[in-house]
Parts: sequence; C-alpha cells; structure tokens
Amino acid sequence: MNLPLAAFYVAAAVLLLAALRVITSRNPVHAALWLVAAFFSAACLWLLLYAEFLAIVLVLVYVGAVMVLFLFVVMMLDISFDKLREGFWRHLPLAGGIGFLMALEMALVLSSREFGAGAVPSPGAPPAGHSNTKELGRLIYTDYVFPFELAAVVLLVAIVAAIALTLRRRKETRYQDPAEQLAATKAGRLKIVKVAPERPAAPAQDAKP
Amino acid sequence: MIPLSHYLVLGAILFAIAVAGIFLNRKNLIVILMAIELMLLSVNMNFVAFSHFLGDPSGQVFVFFILTVAAAESAIGLAILVTLFRNLRSINVDDLGSLKG
Repeated sequence: MNLPLAAFYVAAAVLLLAALRVITSRNPVHAALWLVAAFFSAACLWLLLYAEFLAIVLVLVYVGAVMVLFLFVVMMLDISFDKLREGFWRHLPLAGGIGFLMALEMALVLSSREFGAGAVPSPGAPPAGHSNTKELGRLIYTDYVFPFELAAVVLLVAIVAAIALTLRRRKETRYQDPAEQLAATKAGRLKIVKVAPERPAAPAQDAKP
Repeated sequence: MIPLSHYLVLGAILFAIAVAGIFLNRKNLIVILMAIELMLLSVNMNFVAFSHFLGDPSGQVFVFFILTVAAAESAIGLAILVTLFRNLRSINVDDLGSLKG
C-alpha cells in the first residue's frame, strides 16, 4: 500500500467517524466541533486530489467563519436540547435503513467497472510549477466572470438579509431622529401663554423672624 | 494511486449519513443545518474528484460557487433561527406550525 492510499484511508475514516458523531452527539456544541473535524479531513482529501486552493478555502471559510457562526448561535441561545432529542431512538431504524440503502445503491453503481480504476485512469500529479490557484483564477476571471459577479451579489444579499432579520431595536433605548430634529419649527416648540398678574400673598400673621 | 471510485463511494456514504442525520434529528433545527452542510460537502467531494480525474478545472470553479452559496445559506438560516428563538423561545421544528390551517 503506497503512502497516498494510506493517507486517503486515514482521512476517509476520520471523515466518516466525524460525520457519524455530528448526527448522533447529544450536545450541539460537540456536533459543531465534530463538523470542524469532518471539514478538516475533507480538506486533507482534497489536497490528495491536488486541489490546494479549495482545500485552503474550505478550512478558512468553513472552519474559520461558518463553524464559528454555528458555535456562536448554539452558545448564544439558551436551549434545552434533551427535549429536542426525543424520538431519536424511535427514528433510528428507519434512518439507518434508508441511509444504508442509499449508500449501498450508490456504492454498487459507483464501484462498477464504469468508475473503477481501469475506466478512469488517474492523471497523476500535475507537472512541476503548475499552480492550482493560478489556474482557478484564470478560469474565474475569464470564462466564469459573470457567475463570479453573481456570487458576489448572493453574498451581499446574504449580508443584508442576515442583518435585517436579526436587527433588534430596544424599546427602552432612546434614539435621535435627525429628520424630526431638522423639521422642528418655532411654532411646534415654543408656546407663549398669557398669565394673569397675581397679588403677592399676604404675609402670615404669626410669622416669627 | 487512489482510484476515482474510492472518492465517489466516500461521497455516497457521507451523503447517506447526512440523510440519516436529518431523519434522526428532525426536531433540532441546528443539527438539520449541520447535516445539510455535510450533504454539500459530499457533493463537493464528487466535484473535486471528477475535476481531477477528468483533467478539467471547471469542476473546482463549481465547488467555489457551491461554497459561496452554502455560506450564504447557513448565514441566513442561522439568522432565521435566532429570530425564531426570540419569538417562540424554542427551535423545535414541531412548534413552527403557525401557518398551519
């Protein structure tokens, strides 16, 4: 067994174990941490496929941003997770059966001759000096420049939607309204009232100095 | 070297685990979102494997776009979840029947 194949088996085993722990762990914080492990071993597998840029992006974007977002939300919300787990064991035979069936069917198709080692020969390592990042950048900025701009718009929409959904105005906090301040006129603020003059009150009779 | 079918079978098993996870944790919205992330990961695995074995880097560009959309999806999903928790004090999927006739 050569070294890449051994590395593949180790990373694949870690990936599957982590995925199983994600869906079975009792505490969602643990599930998020196992998901980090799953993404990390997937990045290792992509390195074996010479997709260096995507492997780094997977670690940076997913482990660095998305999983931290998950952890923030899980820890911020005060949720009793035991009630959410009821029905877990009841659904286990159905879920396990369907999952096993799907994996079996796909494995039967995929391990057939059409996808085996003989059908699609491995192209091997790219030539020395070949840059995966450069290749991807050339494709993104030439052939796929319009989808790339669309992806930027999708991210912008996501930012706006996430902020608009979670923005909360507290009732007890006082805010300035500049438009109202500018629209203030003398008539709205100042009221002159006529006050009838009064006599000064008579001094008390038994006042002592 | 590693044959293509290894990667494809690995992606298939990962996808099946994610589907089983959605069945198992059908009340917990957070774990459902995590299972969706696992599904997208398995799809990306297939894209990268085919891209390498067919010698076409366009597959990796698609993975790039899938990562973008998945990040947007999880951000909006978690924002909806936070809003939901503020209003209902719960993230149980069974409690989300407000629009039920």
